[in-house]
Amino acid sequence: MSPGRKVFNEGLWSNNPIFVQVLGICSTLAVTNNLSNTLVMVLGVTFATAMGSFTLSLLKDLIPRKVRMIVQVLVLSFYVIIVDILLKAYQPAISKQLGPYVGLIITNCILMGRAEAFAAANKPGLSFLDGIANGLGYGWVLISIAFVRELLGFGTLLGLKVFGEGFTPWTIMVMAPSAFFLVALALWAANIFKAKAEAKAKVSKPKAPGTSALSGAASPAPAKQ
Amino acid sequence: MNAPDVSLLPLFLASILTSNILLANFLGTCSFISISKDFKSSMGLGLAVTMVIGICSAICWVVLNYLIKPLGIEYLSFIIFIIVIAGVVQMLEMIIDRFSPSLYMALGIFLPLITVNCAVLGVILFLQIRNYNFLQSVVFGFGSGAGWWLSIMLLAAIRTKLDKNNAIPAGLKGTGITLITIGFMAMAFIGFSGMIAVQ
Repeated sequence: MSPGRKVFNEGLWSNNPIFVQVLGICSTLAVTNNLSNTLVMVLGVTFATAMGSFTLSLLKDLIPRKVRMIVQVLVLSFYVIIVDILLKAYQPAISKQLGPYVGLIITNCILMGRAEAFAAANKPGLSFLDGIANGLGYGWVLISIAFVRELLGFGTLLGLKVFGEGFTPWTIMVMAPSAFFLVALALWAANIFKAKAEAKAKVSKPKAPGTSALSGAASPAPAKQ
Repeated sequence: MNAPDVSLLPLFLASILTSNILLANFLGTCSFISISKDFKSSMGLGLAVTMVIGICSAICWVVLNYLIKPLGIEYLSFIIFIIVIAGVVQMLEMIIDRFSPSLYMALGIFLPLITVNCAVLGVILFLQIRNYNFLQSVVFGFGSGAGWWLSIMLLAAIRTKLDKNNAIPAGLKGTGITLITIGFMAMAFIGFSGMIAVQ
């Protein structure tokens, strides 16, 4: 597998930021009761992660170890400010609804996690791809959760009515607890799927091919906040 | 814009119970899940988070109203807040190290993590958006910290029992069952919402 494809495979599935690294569920659970807000949030996180990883990977030899954390946070907040200004200019309604959660992309653990675990040890181009892969890996999970929550909580998708008049909205889906339950269920499904795939791989091939140095550098996530 | 008309005690109770920073606003979930395995660490981290949020909301209120707003540099507020938080955490680390080495031993490893804890930045962004005055901001800051502390202690207590349970399906062990537990806690906290209504 080429390094680029490997990075995407890891970000989207085998090292998915939500299922495997359990990062970044902090601020963004709050926006998943509405599909369009979620889409905007996912775009923002993907952009900030990719650009942040790219920049930090370029700078990695110039940053003294002692101030590394603060430099990372500053670089990441630079990109988040760009996202915030763009949103305020072009999507003021969504920006208002998201409220503090746009600014909170800065402290989204995925950004710091990827900067620490991947960008600090890899080339800029690959780090950029890794950021995109992780943003999308995080995105598809969030979008599926938002799909369920908006559909059942409001009876709409992207604001368009799906069910007829007789539909009673599931109020719990709009409120906080359902987000936790749905993430837990998604995690459960992912774990079952993964266990089955592993069992299958064991039967067909007694020994899995050795993991390369790349995955070794990418798998631990020390910046779990 | 004027500060909202909210008296301090209801605000304090509301920030702990009804609009709990973690269970209602999802802030600080990452460290919440990873640290709550251990009761003692939860205690330490909860205390540290409460202190940092309280102090930071006081400082950030002053910075916001006497530096950011007069200069009209609202677009830089994220960066400025992050620097303030990092600075406070660093200062706190040095002060605790100087005056109470035993507390430093207990809290030391958690302090750097707090810089990137979304609860801290979240509280500050909330008080900016809601336009609280100085006292309201400080009360809201300490209240939110205390609410976070309360919920991590509750979860840690539940998890010490839960992790011994063998009836949990393999795929749900660890993070999965913890998330479901948090969901139930959030439902329980929604029960408080009739008591105080403060946004």
